[in-house]
Amino acid sequence: MTDEVLTDGDQLVIGEHKLGSRLIIGTGGASNLTVLERALVASGTELTTVAMRRADTEGGSGVLELLRRLGITLLPNTAGCRSAAEAVLTARLAREALDTDLVKLEVHADDRTLLPDPVETLDAAEQLVADGFTVLVYTNDDPVLALRLEEAGCAAVMPLGAPIGTGLGIRNPHNIELIVARAGVPIILDAGIGTASDATLAMELGCDAVLLSTAVTRAQDPERMAYAMRSAVTAGRLARAAGRVPQRFWAQASSPPR
Amino acid sequence: MRVHVNGDAREFPEGTTVADVLEALGTARQGVAVALDGQVVRRGDWAGAVVPDGARLEILTAVQGG
Repeated sequence: MTDEVLTDGDQLVIGEHKLGSRLIIGTGGASNLTVLERALVASGTELTTVAMRRADTEGGSGVLELLRRLGITLLPNTAGCRSAAEAVLTARLAREALDTDLVKLEVHADDRTLLPDPVETLDAAEQLVADGFTVLVYTNDDPVLALRLEEAGCAAVMPLGAPIGTGLGIRNPHNIELIVARAGVPIILDAGIGTASDATLAMELGCDAVLLSTAVTRAQDPERMAYAMRSAVTAGRLARAAGRVPQRFWAQASSPPR
Repeated sequence: MRVHVNGDAREFPEGTTVADVLEALGTARQGVAVALDGQVVRRGDWAGAVVPDGARLEILTAVQGG
């Protein structure tokens, strides 16, 4: 049983894509590509985000070469976009540049919170689904919006635990449980993870995967933290499947009475 | 004529194509995509896509992020 949970028998399926790892890593924040490579390998990730930016005159960037060498599937994001129109164009450019149907849709409302703009996000999701993309959508921890995004045809819904880069963990675990309880597509906890216990909690709450970046890339030892996150996701997944004991107010003896 | 490439105004001769612009800038061909006035120009169309005077050309690539 354990082997099934840990290996091939327990795949994460997003649209047509099947993944053996339930940990998705963002590449932002790593001090250099060597550090990033060690962290990615330690994490066991099979899907990793990249951002789309204006090409300088030298062109290209080493991160693509690295991810291709490691055999990791690319997940381009639309980070930095403020409107549905911008996000749709960025997604189309990513598809052309990277030859993938996958996109992590994110439309940020402002720079201080980087919170998702729900109106623009839903609009962009509808357009991208109609255009044939496999859309993984970054959203607030709003159970109603999560359902609307699923109904719009998103292949995975990714509610935040807390704002991007804050490391504040999962601020509203009940909302995440509500989202999971009604979801028909994978739910991926995205943003806010600070340390391993946050990733475990996400999986215990029933999330299908965790996406994190800062918690690993800006940790004092990214490689070690990546391994911690991999273990944490596995632990949470196992605990969820195992079924935890109910919480009790009073003690219950675990030794037999005299 | 003047073309705005990634926000910078640059001079190109009339009849310049998207492929000519990439060539002139020395931009890598792999892993990049081009939008001409907000519309994606497919890779296979670069050589035939003439850039009009005053056009906005965006050339994007993937970088670390997210």
